[in-house]
Amino acid sequence: MPRLVCLLGLLYVAAAAHAETVPTIDDPELNARYQALIREVRCLVCENRSIAESPTDAAQELKRVILDMIVAGKTDAEVAEFLAARYGDSILYRPPVQPNTWALWGGPGALLLLGAYVFARIVRARARQPIEEDDIE
Amino acid sequence: MIPELGQFALVLALTLSLIQAALPLAGAHYGRSDWMALARPAAAGQFVLVTFAFAILAYAFFTDDFSVRFVAANSHSQLPVAYKFTAVWGGHEGSMLFWLLMLALWTFAVAWGSASQPLELSSRVLGVLGIVSAGILSFTLFTSNPFDRLQPAPFDGNDLNPLLQDPGMLMHPPTLYPGYVGMSVPFAFAVAALLSGRMDKEWARWTRPWTVAAWIFLTIGITLGSWWAYYELGWGGWWFWDAVENASFMPWLMATALIHSLAVTERRGIFKSWTVLLAISAFSLSLLGTFLTRSGVLISVHAFASDPARGAFILMLIALFSGGAFVLYAWRARLMVAEGGFKLLSREAFLLSNNILLVVATGAILLGTLYPLFLRNLDLGEISVGRPYFDFVFSMLMLPLAWLLGVGMHAAWKKVPAEALRRRLMWPAAIAVAFGVTLPWLLFGRASVLTMVGVVTGFWVVASALLDPLARLKRGAKGVGLTRGHWGMLLAHLGVGFFIVGATVTTAYNVETDRAVSPGDRWETAGFEIVFRGTRPVEGPNYVADEGEFELYRGGELLTVLHPQRRQYRVQTAPMTEAGIHASMHRDIFVALGDPLGGGAWAVRVRVKPFIRFVWLGTFVMAFGGLLAATDRRYRQRAKAPAAGLVPAASAREA
Amino acid sequence: MTMWRYFIPVALLFVLAGFFWRGLYMDPGAITSPLIGKPAPAFSLPSVRDPGVLVSSEDLAGEVALVNVWGTWCVECRHEHAFLLEIEKSGVPIYGLNVRDDRASAVDWLERLGDPYVDSAFDEDGKVAIDWGVYGAPETFLIGRDGTILHKHISPLTPTVWREDFLPLIEKECGALPCPRAGEG
Repeated sequence: MPRLVCLLGLLYVAAAAHAETVPTIDDPELNARYQALIREVRCLVCENRSIAESPTDAAQELKRVILDMIVAGKTDAEVAEFLAARYGDSILYRPPVQPNTWALWGGPGALLLLGAYVFARIVRARARQPIEEDDIE
Repeated sequence: MIPELGQFALVLALTLSLIQAALPLAGAHYGRSDWMALARPAAAGQFVLVTFAFAILAYAFFTDDFSVRFVAANSHSQLPVAYKFTAVWGGHEGSMLFWLLMLALWTFAVAWGSASQPLELSSRVLGVLGIVSAGILSFTLFTSNPFDRLQPAPFDGNDLNPLLQDPGMLMHPPTLYPGYVGMSVPFAFAVAALLSGRMDKEWARWTRPWTVAAWIFLTIGITLGSWWAYYELGWGGWWFWDAVENASFMPWLMATALIHSLAVTERRGIFKSWTVLLAISAFSLSLLGTFLTRSGVLISVHAFASDPARGAFILMLIALFSGGAFVLYAWRARLMVAEGGFKLLSREAFLLSNNILLVVATGAILLGTLYPLFLRNLDLGEISVGRPYFDFVFSMLMLPLAWLLGVGMHAAWKKVPAEALRRRLMWPAAIAVAFGVTLPWLLFGRASVLTMVGVVTGFWVVASALLDPLARLKRGAKGVGLTRGHWGMLLAHLGVGFFIVGATVTTAYNVETDRAVSPGDRWETAGFEIVFRGTRPVEGPNYVADEGEFELYRGGELLTVLHPQRRQYRVQTAPMTEAGIHASMHRDIFVALGDPLGGGAWAVRVRVKPFIRFVWLGTFVMAFGGLLAATDRRYRQRAKAPAAGLVPAASAREA
Repeated sequence: MTMWRYFIPVALLFVLAGFFWRGLYMDPGAITSPLIGKPAPAFSLPSVRDPGVLVSSEDLAGEVALVNVWGTWCVECRHEHAFLLEIEKSGVPIYGLNVRDDRASAVDWLERLGDPYVDSAFDEDGKVAIDWGVYGAPETFLIGRDGTILHKHISPLTPTVWREDFLPLIEKECGALPCPRAGEG
């Protein structure tokens, strides 16, 4: 709650001085990369929004940093690492693949394999059952 | 005085729901038809009482009764009348009353439609619905009473959140809530079947149209939510994989699986325990949604005020309803196993694969949504799981589903020769690949492999869905000769195809630019020229705004003029943006005003989103297909047929 | 297995419910800084009061110190200011990191409200703040004698937070306040 209050205070006072960052990227490819990246970075003072969709000062700061890094030639991975080292993994919407996320990234595949197994078992069992020519009620 | 009447009505409704729960269920168990007969009047009475309570709350809003705490928190004397009405569900307590109203409506509808059902079945179904009502009524009365008074009454209210002062508020909750509250109906049917130990094709024929009806509302509700977020929030996004969005999407996926499982149960009398499990799960996920939105366990833009005490109560309701149902399932599901063979290439197998993929997808989304909570709980770190994860996982699962869907639609029951399928589907497949690969290149000049795969898949589903009608038309049959249910199925799948094409294209080819502009600036983006003419102040009923003027040119010709606004509401002053959108089926151009930069300059967001309307067209077509399917003759006849009568032979031929 | 598999759904529900129950009393938005336990990021900035004087991370070495992030644009910072003055009196040196602010207003603020800081670094563009993983104000860091970040607190410092979170860590570092400098006592 205190964060929220400070945030609103920020918005009020900062509106004139620190307005929305508007990057000047004319290169459409760089712009596309920038736009994609800022959608993968979480606004930590908001309630689940990316910094692309946040009007807060903190978000504008990070956008500026990311912009500078992209223009300076850093890769997406380097930007992500830079942010995670300072703000923690939770600033990235794309969770890094590391021991505590193996279950997350591997889970759907494991579920799929389980599903395939269940499918095979059921079909095999049913294929063995008699198929009457006419069983319409 | 009057708000207290509303509270009293809810108390009476609670008493009635307990009667509705206890006596009919006991009556079904002991064979007491006088007890069973109480179900329908109790349901009717509950409906009247809850509607009355809702009307009282609405009245409090219309008369600006700020002595009611909820009204003071969500309304204002200057709030336009339409929004005073929507404010009834604009906050936690009122939305719970809305939940109750939807539940009462569904219960009443089921009661009304149950005249031709066997008494034992209908009394169990209504009994279970009575238990659910009792639980939610208790929750509302004890933790979230919308009729609580505020002493002393404030002079004026806090106003409704400006984001909610929009027609979307009139459309999205009133379609979404019936959708996910409606999952209680198949849930009730499933529990009734478990209690009686019997489930036959008759049962499936009763349950399926109710499930489809709730599914239709949920489809439309989610679609409207996506559309509303798109034009209202000012960022041009249409799906964020936010916890609460996922909480409404997971029941939808389960309900879709359920409808398909019911198709098998209805036709062959098998997959019964699957069906029961899916029905229980769909409603459990609805309850989970209610829990996540109101407990504060996950962060979400959609969350109501979070409160651990309320969360604990809902968790206990989940333990009672879902836990109870799953225990019943564990105990009685074995009774449901039935014989019925089919081969690997058969409609049953395709529907089974469909269900498995949908369940896996639901599991994956649940995993992603709850994973941060798991890690935090186990002290293993803090992460966020967002769009990059969900987009990837979900599309990887949906692609094979869509491929199988295109084939499965044409598979016969029990067994179908591979050769027959191959002959039928060769042309649609070829057309899909041809169109899917060339169209992106023609329209956009570039295409990644994934994009082409997505577009091919979408076209494949569309082609497969159109195959039957077109083939019959060509044969010159009188009319096309398909049942309404069959049309519904084809149309619903056609909608899926549209959705896939729309989602793939808009994700791959949207162009987003942010710019600082001054009046008179002109610039080019995605083949359009935009001229900014400046802003002027405007006034609304309860806000002031800066309205910008943007001229859009294409090849030198004026396409349209857009007027995005940046509003400041008088009471809740955080600025809000209304985008200016030029919409068409093949492309939306979206312009929104950001912050003023001083000296007449503005931060402006421009989005060009190709094919985005296909996303919502697709889901609307799906919903319409569902409507056709639910009103197929065999269900309408069912509703009129006497309870113990035989099924007329004519309705035996099904899609 | 065939019989027991029917119990899988209940079991899963039970496990999930357990997580939810515990989750009800946790803060889903609490973020632990990844810098805790690591050396404080190096910086060297001009002082707020006197641009000719440098304030750097080396000044932090050898003693237990606080780094407090503040700005005149931050409403909440005003609320913790009085308490910061008290902490300073108890012998813990506080260094300020003044982020994205106007120098004149910052100096004026310190004059009017009192200056609890040994010195305040003027981080005009906010780059140092980002290196420290700061995303708002006020935030306060506890730095150990070897320059390691021991703790980070977001939102205003209150006596309760000081007592429960900071003091135990300070005591672990050097016994009781005031902390002797490294090399002494």
